[in-house]
Amino acid sequence: MENSTPSNHSVGSLGVDSKKLGMWTFMGSEVMLFASLIATYLTFRGKDTVNPPFAHELLNHPDSAFIVAVNTLVLLCSSLTMVLALDGAERGNRRKFFTFILATAALGSLFLGVQINEYAGLIREGLSLSANQFGASFFVLTGFHGMHVAIGVFLLLYAAFRGKVQGFTREFPLAVEIIGLYWHFVDLVWVVIFMIVYLLK
Amino acid sequence: MAAHVGTLPRTRKKPEGLTGFLITVIDYMTTVDHKRIGVMYLGASFVFLLVGGLEALLIRTQLGASNLKLIAPDLYNQLFTMHGTTMVFMAVMPFNAGFGNYFLPIMVGARDMAYPRLNALSLWTFLFGGLFMYASFLLGGAPNAGWFSYAPLTESNYSVTHGMDFWVLGLQMLGVSSTLGAINFIVTALNLRAPGMRINRMPLFVWMTVVTSFLLVLSLPSVSIAMILLLFDRNLGTNFYIAKMGGDPLLWQHLFWFFGHPEVYVMILPAMGIISEVLPTFARKPIFGYSFVAYSGIAIGFLGFTVWAHHMFAVGMPPIVNAAFSLGSMLIGVPTGVKIFNWIGTLWGGNIRYSTAMLFAIGFIGMFVIGGIGGVFLGSPPVDYQITDTYFVVGHLHYVLVGGALVGIMSGFYYWFPKMTGRLLSEALGKTHFVLWTTGITLTFLPMHLLGILGMPRRIYTYYGDMGWDTWNLIQTFGAYLIGAGALLFLFNVLKSLRSGEVAGNDPWDGATLEWATSSPPPAYNFATTPIVGSRRPYWDHKHGGQGDSGAALEMGAPEHIHLPSPSIWPMVLAFGVMVAMTGMLYMKDLAESWAIGDMSVNPVVVLLGVVIVLFAAMNWQNEVSAGK
Ligand code: HEM
Ligand SMILES: [Cu+2]
Repeated sequence: MENSTPSNHSVGSLGVDSKKLGMWTFMGSEVMLFASLIATYLTFRGKDTVNPPFAHELLNHPDSAFIVAVNTLVLLCSSLTMVLALDGAERGNRRKFFTFILATAALGSLFLGVQINEYAGLIREGLSLSANQFGASFFVLTGFHGMHVAIGVFLLLYAAFRGKVQGFTREFPLAVEIIGLYWHFVDLVWVVIFMIVYLLK
Repeated sequence: MAAHVGTLPRTRKKPEGLTGFLITVIDYMTTVDHKRIGVMYLGASFVFLLVGGLEALLIRTQLGASNLKLIAPDLYNQLFTMHGTTMVFMAVMPFNAGFGNYFLPIMVGARDMAYPRLNALSLWTFLFGGLFMYASFLLGGAPNAGWFSYAPLTESNYSVTHGMDFWVLGLQMLGVSSTLGAINFIVTALNLRAPGMRINRMPLFVWMTVVTSFLLVLSLPSVSIAMILLLFDRNLGTNFYIAKMGGDPLLWQHLFWFFGHPEVYVMILPAMGIISEVLPTFARKPIFGYSFVAYSGIAIGFLGFTVWAHHMFAVGMPPIVNAAFSLGSMLIGVPTGVKIFNWIGTLWGGNIRYSTAMLFAIGFIGMFVIGGIGGVFLGSPPVDYQITDTYFVVGHLHYVLVGGALVGIMSGFYYWFPKMTGRLLSEALGKTHFVLWTTGITLTFLPMHLLGILGMPRRIYTYYGDMGWDTWNLIQTFGAYLIGAGALLFLFNVLKSLRSGEVAGNDPWDGATLEWATSSPPPAYNFATTPIVGSRRPYWDHKHGGQGDSGAALEMGAPEHIHLPSPSIWPMVLAFGVMVAMTGMLYMKDLAESWAIGDMSVNPVVVLLGVVIVLFAAMNWQNEVSAGK
């Protein structure tokens, strides 16, 4: 993240920190990114009736849907731990910060692990990028999200590392807050993807 | 202005000769100063403009008469693809980014952009992205499916060279550059304004750059995804756009034009901003209806997202959809028209000085109106059915982009060159340039409308002699050479004026906005102390009476310690790493295959190398930031 700007005003004319404003703007662009992917997914949804394996057979399997639901819960919990980690960073409560930032990273990794496991199962059923349109749009949409989660986990670990090495500097809570913004965003997007891919009939 | 007080960074004396030259090169490679970055943007864009112009002249020469065979069809496809791509993404857009970089921070009274290092990263990603795409000419063939790259022509069975991969990956870099730049502009304009520089006091150029930036942030992701899907189709066996495998070629068109139409406003709005600065300055009047110009810009931005399918009327959408998109297209003419009236109102009764900048600004109005009227024609589905994919469309888009965007950019050059260099451009040469361009543009692009109505399709590399198209085509080719001559004359003017142009002084045009209140060229820190603004035209009111609408029009704040970020090489290294990774991705297909057969080819290594460079640069960058540099 960029150092505080060389401007003459540190808070900013809008009363917001510039880095935070930048992150919000960036998230606007991320929203459009996922909107495009979701639009692509919806374009092909339910249209693939020729080449198996079919979406309705794979996704409506009760135990697979259950696992993904639990996984969604895992990600939602990680948003909660993120809030607690930020609170720790802001209060200078080291123990609280490290406990919860690592918990968040762990939950994120757990989510990824479950997703990889899901992928493995689907591939065993014969689904792949080139098998049919469902496979292509499903893997690209959820894969993109998974990549965002992975980057998020990396950033969380980076925050922990920085807290450890450089200590709780003045800018530290802000850095954690911005990483947190990203993390909440990634969680939120998953809820939308979950509803569209797994719940929409 | 105010005497230089406070603690100003010292400037060091440069050695002469080769060492001096090398120092300058390194200075520019590591700079995080928005003005130097702006100058590099402008310079690079101009080089790309010349290259794209050369491609245009080759195209026009081939079309100069019927049955010519100067250029092979395959090369012709590469030329018009690279011409369009270059002009849009490597000339007009970065010209706008260059002026934005140089002037937006000064105009709002800031010391620099919000994120100076990120700004350098935008520049280098743009440069490497452009060079990367041009490398395709040497590495097996350039992209060849048009700047809009319609599927399924772009799929690997129709477009067999790696050209399309170059296009996708190169454009991805340009897109990243634009997104980062746009975020930077938004935050700078919204958050780093000097005291008293309220939103509704911002210069209109700043306004238009902000609207443009929002358009970029919200529209680029769509084409980004479209291109990633294409890359997957070409290399990883998906069938997103291949109809016979259940894919949908129209998905490409929707995703592309959802970006593509806002993109045309991305190109034109900054030019509108430029002339909204130039017209009042040389008419010596405030802009007529400031709020209308500003808010109609926002309206155009919003409506710009609702009209994309007017590029697709002929693909067979239901009539109600065509009607809806037609309605949107007509609506967008309203805020556009509002602006035209504002500009005319500004000229009306003004005390007009016909400087070159002013001539180009007036030329913009005239030519943009012609282009806009062509657009309204095309926005009507029954008319569009007749003339889509003909030269009428080519005429329309060149009127708005050359007669509009580029002419507006030239107005900006003549207007701001003295501020950037301290010297005036020659007015005599400038006026000749203006005459060459207006004549050239008219001769080249006006007859295209007629040829389109006569049925000449676009993107054909030659035509039969009995079509009755020869005369107009010859005239057009002649006109194109006039435009080329004008561009060279401009280059000559720049080089000559840099050495021996008339010394400009700080405020040659009796300007109104803050950039004229500092020296020419401005010092690294822009203003020695923070300007405090009390008016929409702070410097003008300061010179003519001193009162703004709240207290003094312009005061300089108390002396303060100035902290400028130190130079850094890491943004450039990071961008370079991205390019290396992209190079590895080019041969992704070979990569996928080589993994499948367990034989590691060199490509994953190249991708990995790129990633390592990126991470290494990011780490050092972060260390510099932590060290408070
Ligand atoms: C009143 C405003 C405008 C309307 C209603 C309009 C309408 C249209 C329509 C309907 C087309 C598609 C024609 C076809 O392919 O059959 C088109 C093409 C195009 N327009 Fe406009 N336009 C307007 C303004 C502009 C402006 C301001 C720009 C750029 C600064 C622009 C740039 C283009 C370009 C580049 C194309 C060609 C895209 C391609 O390569 O196919 N237009 N316009
Ligand atoms: Cu359009």
